[in-house]
Amino acid sequence: MAMEKMSIAKALNESLRKALDTDPKVLIMGEDVGKLGGVFRITDGLQKDFGEDRVIDTPLAESGIVGTAIGLALRGYRPVVEIQFDGFVFPAYDQIVTQLAKMHARALGKIKLPVVIRIPYGGGIGAVEHHSESPEALFAHVAGLKVVSPSNASDAYWMMQQAVQSDDPVIFFEPKRRYWDKGEVETDSIPGPLHKASVARTGTDLTLVAYGPMVKVCLEAAAAAEEEGKSIEVLDLRSMSPIDFDAIQTSVEKTGRLVVVHEAPVFYGSGAEIAARITERCFYHLEAPVLRVGGYHAPYPPARLEDEYLPGLDRVLDAVDRSLAY
Amino acid sequence: MTVESTAARKPRRSSKRTSAVKTTAKTTAKTTAKTSAKTPQSSEPELVQLLTPEGERVEHPDYSIDLTADELRGLYRDMVLTRRFDAEATALQRQGELGLWASLLGQEAAQIGSGRALRDDDYVFPTYREHGVAWCRGVDPTNLLGMFRGVNHGGWDPNSNNFHLYTIVIGSQTLHATGYAMGVAKDGADSAVIAYFGDGASSQGDVAEAFTFSAVYNAPVVFFCQNNQWAISEPTEKQTRVPLYQRAQGFGFPGVRVDGNDVLACLAVTRSALERARRGEGPTLVEAFTYRMGAHTTSDDPTKYRADEERASWEAKDPILRLRAYLEKEGAADEAFFTALDEESEALGKRVREAVRAMPDPDPMAIFDHVYADGNPLVDEERAQFAAYQASFADTAEESK
Repeated sequence: MAMEKMSIAKALNESLRKALDTDPKVLIMGEDVGKLGGVFRITDGLQKDFGEDRVIDTPLAESGIVGTAIGLALRGYRPVVEIQFDGFVFPAYDQIVTQLAKMHARALGKIKLPVVIRIPYGGGIGAVEHHSESPEALFAHVAGLKVVSPSNASDAYWMMQQAVQSDDPVIFFEPKRRYWDKGEVETDSIPGPLHKASVARTGTDLTLVAYGPMVKVCLEAAAAAEEEGKSIEVLDLRSMSPIDFDAIQTSVEKTGRLVVVHEAPVFYGSGAEIAARITERCFYHLEAPVLRVGGYHAPYPPARLEDEYLPGLDRVLDAVDRSLAY
Repeated sequence: MTVESTAARKPRRSSKRTSAVKTTAKTTAKTTAKTSAKTPQSSEPELVQLLTPEGERVEHPDYSIDLTADELRGLYRDMVLTRRFDAEATALQRQGELGLWASLLGQEAAQIGSGRALRDDDYVFPTYREHGVAWCRGVDPTNLLGMFRGVNHGGWDPNSNNFHLYTIVIGSQTLHATGYAMGVAKDGADSAVIAYFGDGASSQGDVAEAFTFSAVYNAPVVFFCQNNQWAISEPTEKQTRVPLYQRAQGFGFPGVRVDGNDVLACLAVTRSALERARRGEGPTLVEAFTYRMGAHTTSDDPTKYRADEERASWEAKDPILRLRAYLEKEGAADEAFFTALDEESEALGKRVREAVRAMPDPDPMAIFDHVYADGNPLVDEERAQFAAYQASFADTAEESK
């Protein structure tokens, strides 16, 4: 059994390396992914080892990157595309929503589109505009796409393996401010299915649901609440489309209270979908309305204000208190 | 699936000759060539033409073609049957059998000429108007009608004829073609890819990005732009200040304008561009200068934005009439051929008509089919809910008996 401690960034790098090594049809495409290894170095060293033909520096044109990845997939390749930052995906949004998501259905299942689109997302790195956004709901809303986000190194490694093996297009959101967080990665056996949530911490009084960068915040909130005698369960959603509603239901039937946390704006966010579905499924188990903590209905603020904008420990605990006091 | 289509035949090589008729231009025609090589707009003298609107064979310094009588008749037959199919589809829309139809009337030479230049292993990325190219690929014409009737969004297997699904959002497919061509090159194959688009789509960013990517990666792709002068109601002047083919120069690959109503020139120019791609020399932009004789689609009314005189001037350049004039002049086809073709056309119309009328509506549960290749629990849940909802009506019907 190979157990290694590595950062999320390293886990993604190792996972991509393994994918390139295992399947000659796997390609890496994106801006600066070659010699530089990507602006976050996620593809570091891959071009050197697998060549320019498989780790492809592309022109700076996101629609072109995704559009040509679609063509390569139609030819039998499995492109893994890097969009440099969350806010840069929109030139490719048309190709993703109009073509990539729908082409399998358009062909009545006769063709497959195994394309992975990696997007470093979320705030907390003090960046300029367009470098801190969380646009996952804009993709989860589209049938035909799968949307996932790991929160730790082990999931980063395995979810990337599974995304590359998926015959459906996967939007793979990487929590950029957690890239350097380290964790144990067991590289020999798959821990579980791609779209299953995992219980990151067990508890009995309230359920916190989060994914990607917010899982860490929720775990810290649960630890702080414990000191006040509150037992908080933290569910790491891992997949925003499809959502493992069964796992949330199981937890909420136990705790009776649910708070959903994400960096993305609350309005029309994944928390809204979870609240609606869990209200339907767990109406008689709920002791309080489902609450949401997330971004505001405003453009992502300048870096000096992002700590106020992003859900932090105190805002999560505030929602926990409001739910418990209901 | 290829009953009437000549696409099942092997790709033609100009060297193969089964008939005695030579179609190279007579030396006397060379003087004519110079004058008729001019475009309809005298300020743009770069049009490649091998057959004048009057049906005279002319020479071009860069493009030659040498077809047998059999091959010429084949091209004529393709164009006539395509036009007949197209007319039938328009009629079916008027009868309410189709929700919409995008007619290719007037563009037969551009589509058949380029379509017949392709090898079986080449790959086509069409718009929604490439009925003639589909014909050349051996796609059953009735397959094209499903999406216009509203029973599917395409649904054919792109890989069975190397003919991708119709793409409705304009220009998107040029990137798919480029990516596919990049894959062909990676595979070390000598196939080529052709991307169809129009003068309107030439304004899309995706087309510019496709030009960039194909040039940078030297992808074996031919960009075949049918400039039919109108993007719904907007003339080409609303898309560009330079002749479209000249855009290629800025991207670093050749562009050529061909008489899009001259099937021989379209065949020769596309062949040359495909060969260039096969040799690993990268992309080419072909601008087929043609005219959309009909409306944009059956929902459109061109009388609101263009003059009858313009259409009339293009009628004189009809692609089918000019080839017929040439066939007759050369004695390459007799009356029996034309009569038999008329009968074949009517049979095709009848077959298409009957097939469309017999096309069943899909099962409502098909809404949930093929959303994902690997399945999805949300889709499963909603499918079950919908089925239960549908079944609740069946119960009511049962009870009321």
